[in-house]
Amino acid sequence: MADTKAKNGFNFQLWRYDGEPGELIPLLQAAQDHYGYIPEHAIEHISAATGITPSKIYGVITFYNQFRLQPMGKYVIRLCEGTACHVAGAKTLLEVIEDEVGVHEGETDDDGLFTVLTVACIGCCSLAPVMLVNEETYGKLDPKKIRSILRQIRREEQQKSQGKKAAQPAK
Amino acid sequence: MYKVKVGMATCGISAGAKTTYEKLNELIGGNGALVELTITGCIGMCYSEPLVEVVDDETGEHVLYGGVDDKGAEQIYKQHLKRGSVVDELVVLKWRDGQKPDGPQSSFLVDQERIVLRNCGVIDPEKIEDYIARGGYEALKKVLSKGDPNWVIDEVKASGLRGRGGAGFPTGLKWSFAAGNQADIKYVVCNADEGDPGAFMDRSVLEGDPHAVLEGMLICAYAIGATHGYIYCRAEYPLAVKRLRKAIQQAKDAGYLGQKIKGSGFSFSIKVKEGAGAFVCGEETALFASIEGERGMPRIRPPFPAEKGLWRKPTNNNNVETYANIPWIINHGAAEYRKFGTEKSPGTKVFALAGKVKRGGLAEVPMGMTIRELVMEIGGGIKKDKEYKGVQMGGPSGGCIPAALIDTPVDFENIPATGAIMGSGGMVVMDEETCMVDVARFFLDFTQKESCGKCTFCRIGTLRMLEILERICNGEGRPEDKDKLASLSEQIKNASLCGLGQTAPNPVLTTLRYFEHEYDAHISEGYCPAKVCPTLVDYVIDAEKCIGCVACAKGCPVECITGEKKQPHVIDQDKCIRCAHCITVCPVDAVMKIAEPKKQKPVAAE
Repeated sequence: MADTKAKNGFNFQLWRYDGEPGELIPLLQAAQDHYGYIPEHAIEHISAATGITPSKIYGVITFYNQFRLQPMGKYVIRLCEGTACHVAGAKTLLEVIEDEVGVHEGETDDDGLFTVLTVACIGCCSLAPVMLVNEETYGKLDPKKIRSILRQIRREEQQKSQGKKAAQPAK
Repeated sequence: MYKVKVGMATCGISAGAKTTYEKLNELIGGNGALVELTITGCIGMCYSEPLVEVVDDETGEHVLYGGVDDKGAEQIYKQHLKRGSVVDELVVLKWRDGQKPDGPQSSFLVDQERIVLRNCGVIDPEKIEDYIARGGYEALKKVLSKGDPNWVIDEVKASGLRGRGGAGFPTGLKWSFAAGNQADIKYVVCNADEGDPGAFMDRSVLEGDPHAVLEGMLICAYAIGATHGYIYCRAEYPLAVKRLRKAIQQAKDAGYLGQKIKGSGFSFSIKVKEGAGAFVCGEETALFASIEGERGMPRIRPPFPAEKGLWRKPTNNNNVETYANIPWIINHGAAEYRKFGTEKSPGTKVFALAGKVKRGGLAEVPMGMTIRELVMEIGGGIKKDKEYKGVQMGGPSGGCIPAALIDTPVDFENIPATGAIMGSGGMVVMDEETCMVDVARFFLDFTQKESCGKCTFCRIGTLRMLEILERICNGEGRPEDKDKLASLSEQIKNASLCGLGQTAPNPVLTTLRYFEHEYDAHISEGYCPAKVCPTLVDYVIDAEKCIGCVACAKGCPVECITGEKKQPHVIDQDKCIRCAHCITVCPVDAVMKIAEPKKQKPVAAE
């Protein structure tokens, strides 16, 4: 349901585009909102609609931290690396997250569950150290808390997929 | 009747304010006639979020509760709202209408003067009526009825307001430049790309009082003759973007934005542009490029934005806090504004206090207040009463001001004299456990990643500096490294086009200047005095103190701690990743960090 809405969002943005300058970044944001990343065909669509060459679009995509050319995991972990979080030990926490998920920063794990990213500052400095998992903020973290949050998510997802498998034969 | 307000800015929500709000909503349920539940922005006391304020309309009494989880919400509902008796154990502040607050945390607020934050934490930011009820849009009406753009510029000039984005350029003067340039279209831009790590003033204003920013932009547009406005907001601030969009729609509906505003000949529209995550876009010419849909790379100045800015048209660009000051100045007059602050830096400044300070949050104080007053009185001193080492101001462009300079007044004259900058207002407090070499490395890592790559010295020079700092932190520093850092710093400052490169070496220069002994300890004595740099610290369990509770072994992420129950445990130094978890869980403080000067100077491998 939400997917259809987002799809309409991107297509609507493309359709609505009337040659107004400066719309490239909002179009890319709409594409990423829909697909979770910016696939090649979205670049082609935007290029066709705006007349901006794919190479230039690619240049803009790679310039900004927000844009991804690879699909992201279902849960995107954004560990804050702001000053307050740094002095509160965020660097060690990144190691803990990487260890728990099994990938390095900027990567997605094999089953597409987690993507590990860092972010410059989310402005919740009094809760440092902080991380975002999708839209949810977790503050005053320590290694133990991080592991239990991530394990909890993993458990819930496993239960969901097992539930689905169990439901399938009944179909 | 009671009015109950829940602080729902990003920081409050992160601390759990949503749960608190939902709980209260559920409890109050159908009693809406007796209790009015609303949301509000950031009150500034981030350290005791989630915050709930209960206002008694009849007596004018306010009670602010802190740390309110769902249990606390239930307690407030049962005890205060139903029976009228205050829940003492949760009280942070109490006051009566028009009086100074009293209560356990009142020292956080007594020295503050709220001009920019006048409505933050008071009004519901999603309701234009709340803003109007507090005198909102009166300044715009005053300006329109006077009908003289020059009067506005003169008033802003007379107030002495200086740009709050960091550089402190006189705002009135800037406006007069843009006003003096003729063109078919002019723009007003609001820089809400608050990228400095450790700064969250602008976010709080946008989330807590978005209409104040819109009104400031409207007045600016009227003064310089602009018809179109843009707010360039960080995509990392989704709530701010949402509230801005809502505020713009409400202002349109109420006739404060659009064509022929309030029957005058003045028309103005505002669009929100979301940033896409590039720190350099806080630099105004890069910001314009980004609005235009390009890579956010700075342009050569001159021509200055007042002449050729956004789409090469005359543009005035100010920061969020600057615009939020404007309606107050117009309403109260320049002379009243000058009563706050110093001769050369009038008015107030909002600071985001964070780091190793007891009471982190937002504080708006008159310019010229000393660092000591801010950190020790408003901030309540250092966490766990550790030793104060210094404060970092201005983010990646700023510097570290040491404890010896704690009595420096905070204004546009005295702070730059220390080598730091005022910046946008981030203040990260550091204690004895903060390693200054590590802090310098942290900022260089940031600027190196965020350099747009246009200028060679910024692109490559910062990388070289980072490499040097990394090897120092890893215990591989070389004797010549300090001189190399200093000379690279000068070159990068001189050969970079924009503020990012010109200021990137500041964190290194100030730490070299005030904390040189820490560099020496890393480079030639082989230890990290603050016990931060992992390879220059060892963790050891004191066998006499250890009670063998296995808490450390259980929590160790790499399982490097061994020992039987009720027997002293041992850390395997080869496996240890120095995460310090064992220290945080040990109930008897048996885990020690050891960092001492090594007798033998480490070999500097070339």
